[in-house]
Amino acid sequence: MNEYSFVGKPVPRPDAPDKVAGRALYIHDLKRPGMLYGKIKYSEHAHAKILNIDTSKAERLPGVRAVITAYNTPEVRFGFIRDNIALKKEKVRQFRDEVAAVAAIDPEIAEEALELIKVEYEELPGVFDPEEALKEGAPLIHETDPQGRPKKDNWVPVSWKFNAGDVEEAKKKAKYIAEDYLETPPILHASLGTSGCIAEFDLQGNLIIYTKTQIPFLAQNDFNRALASMGLKGKNTRVIVPTLGGSFGSGLDTHGYEYIAILLAYKTGRPVKIVLDREEESKTLSPRQSTRTKILQGCDENGRLLFREVRMLLDNGAYTSWGATTPSVMMLPISSIYRVPNVFYEARHVYTNNTYCQAMRGYGNPQAAWAIETNLDHLAEEANIDPLDMRLINKNIPDDISPMGLRITTCGMEECLKAVAQKLNWKEKRGKGRNKARGVGIACLFHVGGSGRVYRSDGTGVILKIDDFGYATVVTGAIEMGQGLVAALTVATAEALGVTPDRVMVVTGDTATCPWDVGTHASRGAFTACNAVIMAAQKAREKIFQLAAEHFLNRVNFKLSQMKKKDPNFQIPDLGINRPLEPEDFELKENVLYLRSQPQNKYLRMGLDELIREAHFKEQGTMIITEAFYDPCNQMLDKDTCIGNLSATYIFGAQGAEVEVDLETGHVKILKYVAAHDVGKVLNRHSILGQIYGGAVQGLGFALSEEYKRDKGRMLNPNFLDYKILSANDLSFPIEVELVETMDKEGPFGAKGVGEPGLVAVAPAIANAVYDATGIRINSLPLSPEKIALSVRRLKKE
Amino acid sequence: MKRVVHFTLNGFEVEQEIESHKMLLDLLREKFELTGTKEGCGQGECGACTVLVDGLAVNACLFPALEVEGRSVTTVEGLIGEGGRLHPIQEAFVEAGAVQCGFCMPGMVMSAKALLDETPNPTEEEIRRGISGNLCRCTGYVQIVDAIKLASQKLKGDGRG
Ligand code: FES
Ligand code: FES
Repeated sequence: MNEYSFVGKPVPRPDAPDKVAGRALYIHDLKRPGMLYGKIKYSEHAHAKILNIDTSKAERLPGVRAVITAYNTPEVRFGFIRDNIALKKEKVRQFRDEVAAVAAIDPEIAEEALELIKVEYEELPGVFDPEEALKEGAPLIHETDPQGRPKKDNWVPVSWKFNAGDVEEAKKKAKYIAEDYLETPPILHASLGTSGCIAEFDLQGNLIIYTKTQIPFLAQNDFNRALASMGLKGKNTRVIVPTLGGSFGSGLDTHGYEYIAILLAYKTGRPVKIVLDREEESKTLSPRQSTRTKILQGCDENGRLLFREVRMLLDNGAYTSWGATTPSVMMLPISSIYRVPNVFYEARHVYTNNTYCQAMRGYGNPQAAWAIETNLDHLAEEANIDPLDMRLINKNIPDDISPMGLRITTCGMEECLKAVAQKLNWKEKRGKGRNKARGVGIACLFHVGGSGRVYRSDGTGVILKIDDFGYATVVTGAIEMGQGLVAALTVATAEALGVTPDRVMVVTGDTATCPWDVGTHASRGAFTACNAVIMAAQKAREKIFQLAAEHFLNRVNFKLSQMKKKDPNFQIPDLGINRPLEPEDFELKENVLYLRSQPQNKYLRMGLDELIREAHFKEQGTMIITEAFYDPCNQMLDKDTCIGNLSATYIFGAQGAEVEVDLETGHVKILKYVAAHDVGKVLNRHSILGQIYGGAVQGLGFALSEEYKRDKGRMLNPNFLDYKILSANDLSFPIEVELVETMDKEGPFGAKGVGEPGLVAVAPAIANAVYDATGIRINSLPLSPEKIALSVRRLKKE
Repeated sequence: MKRVVHFTLNGFEVEQEIESHKMLLDLLREKFELTGTKEGCGQGECGACTVLVDGLAVNACLFPALEVEGRSVTTVEGLIGEGGRLHPIQEAFVEAGAVQCGFCMPGMVMSAKALLDETPNPTEEEIRRGISGNLCRCTGYVQIVDAIKLASQKLKGDGRG
């Protein structure tokens, strides 16, 4: 096993001091000279024709610099299938639709101007349920597709299907079958820092936009297209990303407010800032898709899984985001968690007049895991097998290929299951607490751990620059959104290059200076960027050692002669070097270059900075800059069969809970929560624990309290009082974490991506524990006290 | 209508003209450019805007600016010592790995300060209660609670509060 200097050691996060001191700059904190403030007028209906927009009064308000609508600006199309436009013309399809916008010298004037804009509508019947939307005669959300061809129904033209083996045949052979219908609601990302941007143009017509995004380079592409629609074809965008106040997937698409800021900035010739307030963020940013899933799994008499059949309907809302690709990631667990030979999976999105949806942390996997893992418990019960044994019987194993073509290399599922069982005291507790309404539950997770190729390139570039003072600057397009990318890159650079972490500076978030990165999603940031920096560091070391071969000895001899000059009694030592030095002779560790053959010889040790200066400050000198582009060895799914090795490695885990249910109130009290994750290798324990704790608590919100309430498309709880994310007070129980190291050979120093999985298995683990405690299965999230209390009463009556 | 308000801000006597309907959060962020105090909701529900007024933690987004007249206000910037030295509470947050996106952190640190000033040796439950008005979407609070325990130990050795 390798002895690392910094990997796995408690190195503090370099971005933490500024953050606790209030010095980190988020979009809210940025100002540009001459900046105007933009505000957006949203639709007052879920579905209506726009008859007239009167902006005359708003335009006359002192301090207003521009009022824009679809009728005085060019049409800017955007979205995954370009079915959305920045300012709506003719009709609105959801409450949050943007119908007009204002730029003014201060936010209050902008707000006042919005009030003065009068929009006349003719209301249309709306449809708010995906199944209703598919019925004959349902109102059409889009009369035409983005290419202008007439549409006859509300299907979104993006669907996913996977088929392996023969499910119908397997059904005949199965001894036990469990069937369930399971639902999940929309969920807010609820980042503490809301979204926003500042757009401005230079005098050549190029756009500079400071914006909260996870995908600066895809955003650059989107915005360049917008520029082309505005008559600025060939002009470029520079995307600059400030510190992100959380994002969790909300930054995986470009948004209406960004295009509106761009239009306002172009119209006024001044920087325009739009920052969403909490109510806007809740109502007008896209939540995680809600799902309805019909699932069947069947096994033989020994509990061996024979088939899995999943049909899923997703409420797309009125427009289509990259979230439409989440079913491709759901396909991973659906096809491949546990060894199951016959699989059928179909997922379809339906347009409705609800808010349009987006991906959120887990990229569909929380919805998929919810279905698979609760239904698996149901099946275990049918087969009279302990749910833990059921999982162990069917567990994933290393060096296996799943029906979807996923190449499972390292796999710690068994260790994770055993760790959770042991920490929960499973054998003692399971099935024994019902008289006290106490129970335990368990669920597994399977996720991409080595990025996920949902875009043609899955790469990350880095530039590594070493300066005259021995500092290494790492420049990358990957984004820090709080998950610990900068910390991971710092440690990886220090370790791979041979410097100390305090000599590493990480620069991110500027498309003009940073090399390309597809985006920070799929738990890929640290995995791909660290792999890239390891490659760049390797190249830098080769150059350093080459320079050392040329200059090291000269410098050493020069220094010795200087010493002799200063002190005539100094005896120049015999260095014992009687041949020209080769690059292979050198080693670099913790900022110091030395000879491998004489590591302790104090005359033959030199700071990296000294060597660099020696090579630089001379005629025809040189410097060290290297670059690397890491694109993982994974595959895009085949368009027709959906077969392909989506990720370079996969992450496994198991989570479990012990709960006590109050049968009167329906309140679920968690007594203990346990998470065991195969992380490949621990790069930084604090960071990984932070990801798992944070994911688990988001998952607990998803399981128990978070509910997006709406009435005919209108959000009813756009604030933290009514949309309940958990507070510290809700967490009066221990969360125990076990990290399993499987040393993945694709991972940087063996590590796998860990950003998302923490929340994936939480909801089913809790639901399974609630079942163990009460005999009640709730089929829709959240497991609210009202639903549980109602079911208890029903159960008693029976 | 504008009024002038006089108060002590991070140890300095200051005066500033401000519209009477504005909140302390606007006063701090817009007039004094103290952007360390964050707005997460503007409705008193997230605690990102927590500052101390005469030593008590308040939500600056709901605290009328004119009401600080004659009082003493401490913001997160006021905790930093000479040469950018972090306060022991801030140090503890860094060391315990409690920081992710950081947006909640200034408010969290100020609530921790108010708690530890009042209760130097808090129990875990007191800590949870002390920060129950501060939402964090990233961390799951576990390492924040650890950080506050660590801060309480540090302050005992430090004699500063
Ligand atoms: S911003 Fe003041 S409590 Fe949220
Ligand atoms: S660290 Fe992101 S909200 Fe707390």
